[in-house]
Amino acid sequence: MLCNVCGLEEATIHLTEIINTKMVELHLCEQCAYEKGTDVKQYFNFSELLEGLSEAGEMLKSPSEKKEAVRCKGCGISFDDFGKSGRLGCPECYQTFSKQLLPLIKRIHRATQHVGKKPSKISGEVKFHMELRELHERLRKLVEQEAFEDAAKVRDLIKQLEDRAKKGTEKHGS
Amino acid sequence: MALEDLLKTPCEWLKGTGPDNDIVMSSRIRLARNLNGYPFSTKLTKDEEKAIIEEVHEASLASPFIKDAMFLLSEDLTDLDKQFLLERHLISLDHASKQSGAVCLTKNETISIMVLEEDHLRTQVLSSGFDLHKCWETINKVDTQMEEKLSFAFHNTLGYLTACPTNVGTGLRASCMMHLPSLVLSKQIAKVMQALIKLNIAARGLYGEGTEASGNFFQFSNQVTLGQNEEEIIDNFERVIKQIIENEREARKTLTDKKQERFFDQIWRALGVLKSARLINSKEATSLLSMVRLGVDCGVIQGLERENLNELLIFCQPAHLQKMTHRNLSSSERDKERAHLIRKTLRSVEIS
Ligand SMILES: [Zn+2]
Ligand SMILES: [Zn+2]
Repeated sequence: MLCNVCGLEEATIHLTEIINTKMVELHLCEQCAYEKGTDVKQYFNFSELLEGLSEAGEMLKSPSEKKEAVRCKGCGISFDDFGKSGRLGCPECYQTFSKQLLPLIKRIHRATQHVGKKPSKISGEVKFHMELRELHERLRKLVEQEAFEDAAKVRDLIKQLEDRAKKGTEKHGS
Repeated sequence: MALEDLLKTPCEWLKGTGPDNDIVMSSRIRLARNLNGYPFSTKLTKDEEKAIIEEVHEASLASPFIKDAMFLLSEDLTDLDKQFLLERHLISLDHASKQSGAVCLTKNETISIMVLEEDHLRTQVLSSGFDLHKCWETINKVDTQMEEKLSFAFHNTLGYLTACPTNVGTGLRASCMMHLPSLVLSKQIAKVMQALIKLNIAARGLYGEGTEASGNFFQFSNQVTLGQNEEEIIDNFERVIKQIIENEREARKTLTDKKQERFFDQIWRALGVLKSARLINSKEATSLLSMVRLGVDCGVIQGLERENLNELLIFCQPAHLQKMTHRNLSSSERDKERAHLIRKTLRSVEIS
């Protein structure tokens, strides 16, 4: 197979990535990969390159959704607009287009759940649920690695957290 | 403080200090953040743009880490200024091409915040050498301090919301600028890149997204920002970079041990051209300087400090040449100035 960029050399580097809603395959020769890098996104500008790329990603959109053209209340863009520019218009877009975005996010990150830093200002309840989810995620990873001793510790932490929450709500209730 | 004052100090990514700095020139971490109550950068009105810049400016003044930083408005910067900041890795290509926005940067150039890039805030911390954890420690504090004044768009399950879903979650991109001449010379670089793709690590050129790799300098960065916490992302990335360092060291050893004649020939020729050229463009200069740097690292060339080479590397860039000479130079004038500067710096280095 020839390189998609220069069309001269044999392609030895093969990239697959979901860009916006399309599955993009890119085949590069050594020289082009070296000169221009392997970040598929930066090839996205080369419109001529996109022609002839496989469109397996079409499955991410169901036909009915295509017709509706829902617009985001926050910024007014449609999902097609996002497909063209690769940029969302506002934070609310994540809600508006969650049905289409979540599979995409899963393909990119192999996950749909944030773990890690959170703003200190978010409410205690939200924080509690996030922490709980994070611990469950950690537990899952530890079990996967068969680190059972550590897993047991995390399980205790989860129990503690849940017990504390239960007591908290009981207190509020009475 | 004027932008020109930065000329007097070596820029952070070329300082030549820090762990493994012969191969990892610099480490960088950036965080993408957006403010609540506004659309993302491309959808802002002029008034909203102004309001965001103002909010960020105020927040920066309240942060002990950056309260003394320069706060520069894009509209006050000339194209040359922007190119200059780009060459020092303080702003991105994308930000340099914009009319609106601002950049907040500390005098030692380790911390910078691009305002109204693809996301409202792109905070970055640079460190010379291979030291991602130091970057994370600093940027985490800066981010927390900014957060006290600013309200960031955050989603219960998706984390920090970004204009492009590729950055959602932590919004964290860790990257290392690496000098890998031996992997290129021994034609192993394609194999390395192919392996990195499977690990979700992207390679870019010297000046980041959309630029070409030149002179065997590569910028690697993580692609996944969601589903792992910041430390995990950094640890995983660091492990891969360590492996590349190993590979480059091995390749250097093989070249010196087994292909010495051809290898040394390339190094000395590079030095020969640099010592005699009367006109040289920045691409050629960068790739020849890369070879000379390798020669110094491998102990082939004596009497030349890596520090001087780093300085040449940056001063050979178009905007730096013009800032240094205080003149607007045409491309052919630059080629002449560049060649002159290189010859002057390398004068005392002998070809043996
Ligand atoms: Zn090619
Ligand atoms: Zn929106």
